[in-house]
Amino acid sequence: MSLFEINNVSKSFGDLTVLHDISVKVEEGEVVAIIGPSGSGKSTLLRCATMLETMDKGSLLYLGETAAHNNAEGNTVYASAADLRRIKGYFGLVFQNFNLFPHFSVLRNLTEAPIHVQKRGREEVEAEAREMLRKMGLEGKEDNYPQQLSGGQQQRVAIARALTMNPRMLFFDEPTSALDPELTGEILKVIRQLAQEKMTMVIVTHEMAFARDVADRVIFMDGGYIVEEGRPEDVITNPREERTKQFLARFAGQGSIDE
Amino acid sequence: MGFMSIVQQIIGGFGTTLFIFFFTLLFSLPLGILFALARMSKFKPLNWFMQVCISILRGTPLMLQLIVVFFMPFYVFGIKLSAGWRVYAALIGFSINYAAYFGEIFRAGIEGVPVGQHEAAEVLGFTRAQTFWKIVFPQMVKRVIPPVTNEVITLVKDTSMAFAIAYVEMFTLAKQVAAQQSSITPLFVAGLFYYVFNFVVAWAMGRLEKRLSYFE
Repeated sequence: MSLFEINNVSKSFGDLTVLHDISVKVEEGEVVAIIGPSGSGKSTLLRCATMLETMDKGSLLYLGETAAHNNAEGNTVYASAADLRRIKGYFGLVFQNFNLFPHFSVLRNLTEAPIHVQKRGREEVEAEAREMLRKMGLEGKEDNYPQQLSGGQQQRVAIARALTMNPRMLFFDEPTSALDPELTGEILKVIRQLAQEKMTMVIVTHEMAFARDVADRVIFMDGGYIVEEGRPEDVITNPREERTKQFLARFAGQGSIDE
Repeated sequence: MGFMSIVQQIIGGFGTTLFIFFFTLLFSLPLGILFALARMSKFKPLNWFMQVCISILRGTPLMLQLIVVFFMPFYVFGIKLSAGWRVYAALIGFSINYAAYFGEIFRAGIEGVPVGQHEAAEVLGFTRAQTFWKIVFPQMVKRVIPPVTNEVITLVKDTSMAFAIAYVEMFTLAKQVAAQQSSITPLFVAGLFYYVFNFVVAWAMGRLEKRLSYFE
């Protein structure tokens, strides 16, 4: 049983089809990087996986539990609100623009959902949140507000916020795209650390060198299709498809990531 | 009649003005949130109904609305109007009218909260009610303080409209005193009261805005 499974998903916005019959499975402990040009559908795929966007066709499963399936006509039907609420607890999402709650302190950004959604005890959650912040190198920032932090710090708070929910897996939607180049390294380092701890992750990214280093599997998307998929040394270093080669040629100058 | 006795008489009316002001705010601010939510409802009939209500409340004179509320029990239900009804009619009329304006301000404030805030809350599993009260509402409050300040200041001056249903507040009283004395001094004194009160309101709202500047 896969931890995450999205099968034959199709999605259109009006006349524009952004996902064509795409399927992705992710196993426990796996790190999957999704790469591709803008408009390739990779963010939409992530938004369908995290249920921020509804699928037109296709099914979605977490730990074998059905969040969405196809009905007899082949259209997606979602599970009940109660089932979806439980299933949403299995994953966390880190946004490109962090989306921290600006009116909450750093600590409260982490603790609000575990206390009020998961109904866990405040003391236990706060202790865990402090530990998480320490791990993210944000010790002493508990009482700060998001706007007082740098972009890199804000994104680390966002990762800590997702982790404090104790999810089984994490999705990242271009987690370094809104950051200054000198700040991307600190985020990549955190993700690398999570990978070493065997956190299951799906990362949409433009950082090719990073994807090659950290991912177990790379998916290259273009025009709403999966063009190529496989081990990073195959897809990124020796791509088979012409379209993948064209895309990667633009990143040819990019070396390893500084940390 | 000396200046001090004029001031004393007007202070009596000022109490009524304050009374209308505070109770109108007390009722119209929460009602404005309800109006805003109804106005943004995905349930179309409610949405349209609220649009029509807001359109009428903003498109007709407040004075007329006060008169309609005041005489409604008599003309619609045939109930004889009691002396105490005047106060309630004034508060109902003012509150509903101001709720329409506040509702539109709140709606703009709610819609101004970035969609990413809703999405982050959704992914974390917050219910719709939790998302509204914990995430959207506090950010909306901060956004709407400047336009709400405008409305509150207007309300201070609009309380004088209560004269339409013969509810004697400060301005009506000032006019009466001015007529008795054949002097415009009472009107100036009333004007000074309005100004000082609004100065305090603007100052208080400015303080509130500053207190909320810890987040962007």
